[in-house]
Amino acid sequence: MGEGAMIKQQIVGKPKAVQLDFLPFKFCPGCHESLVWRALGEVIDELDIEGKAIACLDIGCSGILMVGLTVDGIHCLHGRSTAVAAGVKRVLPQAICFNIGGDGSLGAIGVGHVINVMMRSDPITTIFLNNSGYGMTGGQVAPTSLLGLRTTTTPEGRDVQSAGFPLHLSEIAATMTGTAYASRVSVHTPANYQKARKAIKTAFQKQMDGVGYSIVEILCACPPNWGLSPLAANSFVEEKLIGEFPLGEFKNVDKIEHTFDPELKRVGRVKRG
Amino acid sequence: MADRRLLSGNEAIGWGAILGECKAFFGYPITPQSEILEFLATELPKAGGVFLQTEDEIAAVSMVYGSSMTGTRTMSATSSPGISLMQETVSLMAYLKVPSVIVDVCRFGPGSGMAQTSQTDYRQVTKGGGHGGYRCIVLAASSSQECCDLVQFAFWLADRYRMTVYVLTDATIGQSCELVDLKTRDFGALPDKDWVLRGLDERGGNGQGIHPHMWDYVGYHEDMNEKYREITENEIKYESYRMDDAEVILVAYGYVSRMAKGAVDLAREEGLKVGLLRPITLWPFPTNVLRELSLQAHHILVVEHSSGLLVEDVECALQGKVPVHLLGIWGTHRRDSSGIIYPERIVEEIKQMVGVA
Repeated sequence: MGEGAMIKQQIVGKPKAVQLDFLPFKFCPGCHESLVWRALGEVIDELDIEGKAIACLDIGCSGILMVGLTVDGIHCLHGRSTAVAAGVKRVLPQAICFNIGGDGSLGAIGVGHVINVMMRSDPITTIFLNNSGYGMTGGQVAPTSLLGLRTTTTPEGRDVQSAGFPLHLSEIAATMTGTAYASRVSVHTPANYQKARKAIKTAFQKQMDGVGYSIVEILCACPPNWGLSPLAANSFVEEKLIGEFPLGEFKNVDKIEHTFDPELKRVGRVKRG
Repeated sequence: MADRRLLSGNEAIGWGAILGECKAFFGYPITPQSEILEFLATELPKAGGVFLQTEDEIAAVSMVYGSSMTGTRTMSATSSPGISLMQETVSLMAYLKVPSVIVDVCRFGPGSGMAQTSQTDYRQVTKGGGHGGYRCIVLAASSSQECCDLVQFAFWLADRYRMTVYVLTDATIGQSCELVDLKTRDFGALPDKDWVLRGLDERGGNGQGIHPHMWDYVGYHEDMNEKYREITENEIKYESYRMDDAEVILVAYGYVSRMAKGAVDLAREEGLKVGLLRPITLWPFPTNVLRELSLQAHHILVVEHSSGLLVEDVECALQGKVPVHLLGIWGTHRRDSSGIIYPERIVEEIKQMVGVA
């Protein structure tokens, strides 16, 4: 560790699980991912899970975020990080498995896997970054794009007839029996940042307690693709994004209640070898 | 005492997985593969392994990838359309050098095709299957016994060379029952899995899975070519049958090779000098073996239940020095998907070819 790095550590008060050589933060000015990154690092430190955390990283800006964490990371194809994390957790139940993906990864191409881990109640944690569009590929419409929002593939603004209505993944998660925790947070003010950190911590805790699937949706500013300054993009989260995507906990249970009908064991087809 | 059982090819695949110490199976039902899933749903947990029926083949192979990254011996099984769905992750595993075993119980294609037997996946699996110019080892089983043995060998090869190994069968092999000696096969020592990710507490380290060759793509392809060369030198497997004085050489794999064996016997009864070369590794292909055998041959007849895929590798091996004939899917006894190629039809083709008809 060089002298410069030491200074950075003192100034930033860096979480242990955050890699110094990723500083300064390598994303666009005003991007909220730096805050998600820090929050993840802080939670990993607080829960002392650095040694058993395994991150599955989707494709997109959110996936690159992982490079800045010290924990083991698995590179995944676009949309598949949820399934990969479920696979890791099945064979390594003692690991704390989480996946990070954006609204393209988890809301579009990989949404099927997300619904299925909820259905199976796979005890993994999903960090879902919602910035109302595709970041890395340069601002195309996402399932979460706001109605009317101009994107490179909805040049006249997102219209209902062609592109439908914004996807509310956290609300869907809350309707699924297998979900232990679902919440939507933002990081656009210090108070919201603290709430986001708490939500991530609770989500990991659900996994550690073996309750079931947990998901934290984080609203993130994307100044370049919104065509806004960092400051204006921050306000846009408050004024527009939260309007469509209300913050809050949609589900938080310590035990998933269910019943079995013993009669059903005597019905159905059995294959005998 | 030998454990001898009457097993379908699909059940034998399942036994091969258990004897090969497979500890995780992820798959999705598809005819004619489903018995593998059903067998392992019951048997794998008893052997201390994890079984999961996933939402699709994409999830199945993603979970194979994730669980293999932890160092677990893991596999999936599917049939032709499922192989297509898996290709993106197979390509990723080739790039990241992650071992995996994938069974393809080939059904009739292209498209959704039909669930009956065929060999229409040859080109797809032997040439890699997905994007990026990689290769996978392909083992072709022609009996229930081989299903059991080759799955074990596939796990060894996958760990030895850190790559995907396909075990290719077909609906006929998958559904036919034969006696199998359930025997654990030992193929020798394997390198330590020093690349696995199991969290910092155990072993591993950040970045393992994240674009290891980002700054040297040329190096990646050079490394892989070196590995492919090593595999081609060391791992080619084939069976030659009644080849001693053969003037006509049949080339066939999978269920068709069983029919071809019958054809060799029938033709020999009639005084025709016919032998069979059955490649067991379809990649690496026994190119040199075929080239040497062809020195004594007047004719080569490729028999395959497809439009002519294996024949491309045979032609490539022989470089025009011996005439290569093809009896393809038109040799089946019916024109719908329930047809198969019988020995008598192969003998008929041989006779036409050598002019004794």
